Amino acid sequence: MYSKGTKRKFSDGVDNKAVAASYSLQRQSLLDMSLLKLQLCHMLAEPNLCRSVLIANTVRQIQEEMAHDGSWQVVTEALGGSGHGPSDRLVDTEVLCQSPEQQDSGPKLYSVMGYDGCREEEVVTDKALCSVVVGDRSPAFLLGTIGHCWDRGELRVEDGVSKDSGTGDEEGTRSGEGAKLATGQVFGTFEIKNGAPGSDPALEELFSDVDASYYDLDTTLTGMQSAPKMGPYDFLDSLASSHGPVSNSSCRADLNELDHIMEIIVGS
Amino acid sequence: MAGVAGGNDFQWCFSQVKGAIDEDVAEADIISTVEFNHSGELLATGDKGGRVVIFQHEQECKNRPNLRGEYNVYSTFQSHEPEFDYLKSLEIEEKINKIRWLPQQNSAHFLLSTNDKTIKLWKIGERDKRAEGYNLKDEDGRLRDPFRITSLRVPVLMPMDLMVEASPRRVFANAHTYHINSISVNSDHQTYLSADDLRINLWHLEITDRSFNIVDIKPANMEELTEVITAAECHPNQCNVFVYSSSKGTIRLCDMRTAALCDRHTKFFEEPEDPSSRSFFSEIISSISDVKFSHSGRYMMTRDYLSVKVWDLNMENRPVETYQVHEYLRSKLCSLYENDCIFDKFECCWNGSDSAIMTGSYNNFFRMFDRNTRKDITLEASRESSKPRATLKPRKVSTGGKRKKDEISVDSLDFNKKILHTAWHPKENVIAVAATNNLYTFQDKIN
Repeated sequence: MYSKGTKRKFSDGVDNKAVAASYSLQRQSLLDMSLLKLQLCHMLAEPNLCRSVLIANTVRQIQEEMAHDGSWQVVTEALGGSGHGPSDRLVDTEVLCQSPEQQDSGPKLYSVMGYDGCREEEVVTDKALCSVVVGDRSPAFLLGTIGHCWDRGELRVEDGVSKDSGTGDEEGTRSGEGAKLATGQVFGTFEIKNGAPGSDPALEELFSDVDASYYDLDTTLTGMQSAPKMGPYDFLDSLASSHGPVSNSSCRADLNELDHIMEIIVGS
Repeated sequence: MAGVAGGNDFQWCFSQVKGAIDEDVAEADIISTVEFNHSGELLATGDKGGRVVIFQHEQECKNRPNLRGEYNVYSTFQSHEPEFDYLKSLEIEEKINKIRWLPQQNSAHFLLSTNDKTIKLWKIGERDKRAEGYNLKDEDGRLRDPFRITSLRVPVLMPMDLMVEASPRRVFANAHTYHINSISVNSDHQTYLSADDLRINLWHLEITDRSFNIVDIKPANMEELTEVITAAECHPNQCNVFVYSSSKGTIRLCDMRTAALCDRHTKFFEEPEDPSSRSFFSEIISSISDVKFSHSGRYMMTRDYLSVKVWDLNMENRPVETYQVHEYLRSKLCSLYENDCIFDKFECCWNGSDSAIMTGSYNNFFRMFDRNTRKDITLEASRESSKPRATLKPRKVSTGGKRKKDEISVDSLDFNKKILHTAWHPKENVIAVAATNNLYTFQDKIN
């Protein structure tokens, strides 16, 4: 099977592109496997806490690396390359979350998130591609896109949508705090508010032409900005607390399962 | 005590194997812990079905001086039963996680056995006499009419067949929210500690309705949880000192005299990570599955997924010795992660003189390292090499391309046959190895 994942050096040549793509594929596969393991945990009599913590730490590690390495370069290569077979999936995810302007800006997420200048274009791009994302993919797939798509998540800035347990409320608020602070930096012109989803007329007007099913992605990705302090269960929780106005059934089922994981992990 | 590696002067040979021969292994029969008592006379095993089986070392035969005595069943009892936690709607397994013997103070033997939630103190006593000739009752137990008794007699103790009785003397329950992974009897012989994933409690052997919480690493917010306690042990000589290991490969030594809550460690042992070998699995394979003090109390040994490390308690920044158990698995970590083998918790043990250490591996292999000669040996616990007093042949796993005769390639290893639990007799060269549902004992060849 795969050899141990090695840190990829900054790619600076044609030869490294294939390696980088393959590495990203392996990493994605590892992430999917890990999330599947966490999902299966809740089916057991009582999940082994040590194992769950180790898997969650691995997931977080992969996510952090995916975010910081930025698969931007892989995207450009994938776009330019043959892009057949397994890397098709990569193309889907990467292209979704990037507009042409962003390709050259490197892996700096925040600077890329500057919607002020290129907002509308990005929205159009998203609209065209977001349905591909939300279709019938598993959350594992969704999560693979998180590192790149959390800029989209910031379009929806309200938080506090967690519903399930007492701890869930705290989490939602806390991730909301993180999101608020971070998005405050990014969306200077946006008015940040806590409230029910879809209640902000300004936001609604802005994204009126965005596919409604995309809201699922928005709310699930809220809170991703608090990455530095993000515990292993934060993203799981944000997934679990999805409250989009239009529910995608398979997405919902998967999210419910993750929700259940959260209860087991946090509740025990 | 002799060394371990196969030299001309020392060899291990098969002694006994206990357990069913069937290929189909009943889940309940899987051995989950093995422990010699302090004299080595008794060997206790616990299984997934919640049973404890104790073996006793028979006296050596006088007419066969080359043969050490064998271990035969001494007592069997059901220690723990499956329970149901109604609050969480979850089953509590009856699997025995650990057995620890108390030092013997009278003719009876005492041991602590624990499952995920409850610790029990068992007394194992012998009865080989019974009184006969009571005045107030007949031989068959019926009460005699006192007015009919015309003479008195003194009851006499008559020998009877040996009866070994195990009775639960204490039940220490409801103190652990998470799964208990370790228990350790303190050198004061009055207290013991129990550790679960996030907390360590100190108990008094006589008091069951309360315990002291001495370590608590549960974060205020469970989402911030990134590290759990994996093992804990009391120092063999200093009753105020204990250590606990974590899933991040660190060991903390705590002194109970410093504070009631030992959240702040006295010593912190961690080996700096080798950046060249970093991977996504680095943290998982660094997770410590077992920690054991040497008998002297000067050293401690930790087992992580690929290696065994010996630490000097006076040096915190790195171990003094590192032994690779199965380095050939490093390139297979992704597969082992996929099939969950990477989470297997191997134990390790010292020999009586602290000159050698032993730990298990896959394919029913187990490894022994001699700390003085730096030799190591790989042996196999299998029915094939189970002829009485047959010398064990060293095994080798081939890592390169060319596989020599008698070597086994990494891809042929059976990862379902794992040796997680081993024990070394405290005084002699006798070892006990648990291979799934079978218990093997091996001893050195007396030439």
